[in-house]
Amino acid sequence: MKVDQLSIFLENRAGRLAEVTRILSDGGINIRALSLADTSDFGILRLIVSDFDTAKTKLKDAGFTVGRTSVVAVEISDEPGGLHNILSTLQNEGINVEYMYAFVQQSGDSAILIFRFDRTDQGIEVLQKNNINIIPGEKLYTM
Amino acid sequence: MIYDVKNETLPREELEQIQLRRLQALCERVYANVPFYKKKFDEIGIKPQDIKCLKDITLLPFTQKQDLRDQYPFGLFAVPKEQIVRIHSSSGTTGKATVVGYTKRDIENWGELMARSFMAAGASASDTIHNAYGYGLFTGGLGAHYGGEALGATVVPISGGATRRQVMLLKDFEPDVICCTPSYALFLAETAIEMGIDIKKLPLRIGIFGAEPWTNEMRLDIEKELGIKAIDIYGLSEVMGPGVAIECHEAQNGLHIQEDHFLAETIDPDSGEPVAQGEEGELVFTTLTKEGIPLIRYRTRDLTTLDTTPCKCGRTTARMKRVTGRSDDMLIIRGVNVFPSQIESILIETEGLSPHYQLIVERQGNLDTLQVLVEVNESIFSDEIKNLQRMESKVMKNIKEFLGVTAKVKLVEPKSIERSIGKAKRIIDKRKEG
Repeated sequence: MKVDQLSIFLENRAGRLAEVTRILSDGGINIRALSLADTSDFGILRLIVSDFDTAKTKLKDAGFTVGRTSVVAVEISDEPGGLHNILSTLQNEGINVEYMYAFVQQSGDSAILIFRFDRTDQGIEVLQKNNINIIPGEKLYTM
Repeated sequence: MIYDVKNETLPREELEQIQLRRLQALCERVYANVPFYKKKFDEIGIKPQDIKCLKDITLLPFTQKQDLRDQYPFGLFAVPKEQIVRIHSSSGTTGKATVVGYTKRDIENWGELMARSFMAAGASASDTIHNAYGYGLFTGGLGAHYGGEALGATVVPISGGATRRQVMLLKDFEPDVICCTPSYALFLAETAIEMGIDIKKLPLRIGIFGAEPWTNEMRLDIEKELGIKAIDIYGLSEVMGPGVAIECHEAQNGLHIQEDHFLAETIDPDSGEPVAQGEEGELVFTTLTKEGIPLIRYRTRDLTTLDTTPCKCGRTTARMKRVTGRSDDMLIIRGVNVFPSQIESILIETEGLSPHYQLIVERQGNLDTLQVLVEVNESIFSDEIKNLQRMESKVMKNIKEFLGVTAKVKLVEPKSIERSIGKAKRIIDKRKEG
């Protein structure tokens, strides 16, 4: 049920982000979702891509420091209160969200949330128990 | 194994007699042949015959690096030019280059001393030596080369650079010994991983590293990454080149000084007075046998302590503690003395940060600022900002705590700090520019 997320260390320098996207583009890799966390000196780019292993190899070869993190993708209906329901459920069960990001699907009636939990397996259990729709990695990569 | 059993295991009294005899002859020689020394001796009213015992060495004047620069290029040579068979020049790490000359006998002695060094490191005549020290004016390449041949080993004179090719030859030629700078050894290991080669699995078993100060933590890192025994070698071109002192592989605890050729002292760098036995001081060398450019009481700027207690390898020569800082490399940041090696130790101890780092010192207004650039590798990377920031602040806290200076730690991408083929450029001091 987990999704492989690629994280990349970036210095805050002009052109570093474009270098990553160039490498992915040259490798024919599609970006499904992304988020960028930054400080004054560096940033961490988190990506979910169509082909994790190829992307990781290509970026490593180009000299980037890359990591793999397991995250969880959840589908919710795109309407007021959708996110709040999930977050309060997680809170009640004592699961912490380290970070999250979201995107709306093309069809327009649902949104996808990417969660990084402090305890991933327990997080998944809670979501399943509450009948929240988890999207497995394989499906997300090819969406 | 000891290469020159007789000379490396002399009883101390006998060694000191040899040293005294050679020192007396040296004083006669430089007084007669080097105008610079005649003038210095005359100025303080000392004659070669005043040297009656080894302690009298303190009567003699010091020689400074600046003296070699002032006498550039050949002013300190003690023999006519036709007897000089080779010229070397220092890399000028901390200033203008200095020039040294060798007679045929100097070159032979140097080869012998390097052969002794190889054997002390655990090498033998049947070994192959991958010599990645730079060939040329720098003493490292040719010094190790002639020593390897004197030992009877097979020398691969690869010199520095072309790192991927070096890795290939390490794999194909299967050398037993590698000579290079410690920072280059780590770079080789890194390159090998990129090429899908595991250096640990190669027959390579000994590394002889020198030409830049390094720490014991870095030694452990190298030993782990390359799967070898890492031996510290010491030398400086003014005194001879590599092979002035070497660690024995049995103890790896201090470097045996080749005392039948070099008389070592430790002095207080400020007063010039000898320090007490076992105390740290600036290392000073008198070259007892050198003909081309003999030096009296040459101040190395390296800080160390001397130890004459017996070593388990059987050598009776004094051991100097590993040099972790040249007093020239010392940074003074807001009045606090900082050696790059101290920062290196802190980085390695704090969550095993990679030893690729660089110090940048600047002056903002009237305040010195120290910035430590550290490369982020996979072992310390995290997808969460807070983890990386926690690591930054831990390093800063440790630097503050142990060294008493405030530093800013900046994480940078791998390989963004320039890799050196020879000496690592650890410091960028922008205060000196402009």
